[in-house]
Amino acid sequence: MGEKILMKGNEAVAEAAIRAGCRHYFAYPITPQNELVEYMAKRMPKVNGTFLQAESELAAINMVLGAAACGVRAMTSSSSPGISLKQEGISYIAACRLPAVIVNVTRGGPGLGNIAPMMCDYFQATRGGGHGDYYTPVLCPSTVQEFADHAPLAFEIAERYLTPVLILADGLLGQMMEPVEFPEKTPVPKDQSDWCVGPWEGKRTSHHVINSLFIVPEDLEEKTRILFEVYEEIKKNEIRYETYNMESNPSLVVAAAGTAARVTKSAIDELKAEGIEVGLVRPITLWPFPSEAVAKAASGAKKMLVIELNMGQMVEDIRLAVSGACPVEFAGKAGGVVFTPEDIAALIKEKM
Amino acid sequence: MAEMTVNELYCKGCGLCVDACPKHIIAFAGHLNSQGYYPAVCTDQSACTACTLCYVTCPDGAITITK
Amino acid sequence: MKVVAKRPEALTDVRLTYCPGCLHGVAHRIIAESVDELGIKERTIGIAPVGCAVFAYRFFACDMVQVPHGRAPAVATGMRRARPGAIVFTYQGDGDLAAIGTAETVHSANRNENISVFFINNAVYGMTGGQMAPTTLPGMRATTSPYGRDVSDTGFPMRVCEMLATLEMPNYIERVSLLSPKEIVKAKKAVKKALKYTMEGRGFSFVEMISTCPTNWGLDPVSSREWARENMLPVFPPGLFKDRSAGAKPGAEKE
Repeated sequence: MGEKILMKGNEAVAEAAIRAGCRHYFAYPITPQNELVEYMAKRMPKVNGTFLQAESELAAINMVLGAAACGVRAMTSSSSPGISLKQEGISYIAACRLPAVIVNVTRGGPGLGNIAPMMCDYFQATRGGGHGDYYTPVLCPSTVQEFADHAPLAFEIAERYLTPVLILADGLLGQMMEPVEFPEKTPVPKDQSDWCVGPWEGKRTSHHVINSLFIVPEDLEEKTRILFEVYEEIKKNEIRYETYNMESNPSLVVAAAGTAARVTKSAIDELKAEGIEVGLVRPITLWPFPSEAVAKAASGAKKMLVIELNMGQMVEDIRLAVSGACPVEFAGKAGGVVFTPEDIAALIKEKM
Repeated sequence: MAEMTVNELYCKGCGLCVDACPKHIIAFAGHLNSQGYYPAVCTDQSACTACTLCYVTCPDGAITITK
Repeated sequence: MKVVAKRPEALTDVRLTYCPGCLHGVAHRIIAESVDELGIKERTIGIAPVGCAVFAYRFFACDMVQVPHGRAPAVATGMRRARPGAIVFTYQGDGDLAAIGTAETVHSANRNENISVFFINNAVYGMTGGQMAPTTLPGMRATTSPYGRDVSDTGFPMRVCEMLATLEMPNYIERVSLLSPKEIVKAKKAVKKALKYTMEGRGFSFVEMISTCPTNWGLDPVSSREWARENMLPVFPPGLFKDRSAGAKPGAEKE
């Protein structure tokens, strides 16, 4: 591993993407991820990559569609409202089976909300925010190091399954600085010439078509069947989660992701010092959701407490996974207000 | 001797070639093609000068001209 | 016997799905002829819009991509940056380019993006059944301007060439007509020139083609052309609006 560098989350994920071979980045300014855009603007020309500021987030995702259709590693990033504008494009990219990476550094919502680190885009991210039957793998980091590690991972998953992949971090993680190490080697971009478009003299005998229109229902049905076979593969191989202090087989287990999970860990450490054992299960892939791991964590517990920086979104997936094995309670903060470790410690004591 | 042929698979009987031909030797055939259109047909190949105006105006790439 | 004229190689052998007499087919043919003559079929990527020409991905024999409504110029931008060696053209109708896709059109032009944009203007939304388009004429009926377009309410028909010509950078902007064989021959020259400029890296090429929509205008193909000549050409006068690299040495790459 390389040496440690102190970096903002926004810049760490950008640097990691470049080191992962991403050479085409299209985006639009929006707080709290402007540093990601600015970093790409500085770095891409130095690695003779493409940085282009588009006229809108909507245009940017379509530029990503075009670059991905040509078989190159392409990426965009934005924050909540901007990601809403990209949804139609993401639906097309999923339908056309194109690999691409989209980073959402979330902010307070709905509407213009604010620039505080709310994580209220869980539903949009995990239920396929655009139209039609599709999902996108969603990676949810909780440290700057993990945020950086998710860039090469996202490209690898995108290319392995020919799908767009979303990295869902919040404004706090984007703005926070932590030491980061970048891996020596990262996955080499896959050769996509068996399906991509672009100059093909002497390389192939016929033209390629990339399209998501299937007027005959049976054709679209078949395309969807294939897509969902891929989703089953992703569910089998790509689920990631972390557990914390579960070896103490606690009676109360917290389920939380991203920043909420990070704050919970501090609370768990504080309570442990007071002799109170609390466990944590932290989904890292929000889709495919680690249902089995959550069910397992709940099986030994008397109660599960879901903590989110929103009014309750992941709690629904948790309830589905636990399916009654133990009561599941929820505590959330809206508006971009963030729990302190003390808040969570008090909450846990109250719920014990 | 020029020859103008119409591919009945493509012709939709739109009549633009009929209008375009300076020699007025294109008309609608008496039968329907598989799509239910009366396809265009050259009525006097000997008068055809291969000027290609019918080809140029045809929206369906249905016309081939040889000389 | 030598073949003087036949269906171009760059068109597939699929029957076109356009209505009888619709001039989309003519636009397809002169683009395909130009691709053949310039020998670039294996380097060209065509982008199909949403609208009557959505099925263009079946009709052209070069690489084709079908994209969201109005977003073709943005997709083309991504492609061009990813594969500079590719010749990218977009094929768009008036709803796609001048309504929902206005921002993408204006900004790709403003960046002088090295792509060819072929804009088919038939003053109506064809595929969806004849609604009013940004180019629908004053007083012209459409299914969403059933009493005739009221310009005080919905604005005057949008002259895209003139609008884009006010931008500094776009390299080549021309409006042509497909309303007669003579005009089609002239339109073909413009299309071939646009693609040649793209090959030479000269930046943004834009060719607007005045076309017809017999079905939604409720006219037969021949009288549709006459109606368009009398009513559309005065509002959308064909002409050359910008040709910055005219006379420039061939092969001068876009700086």
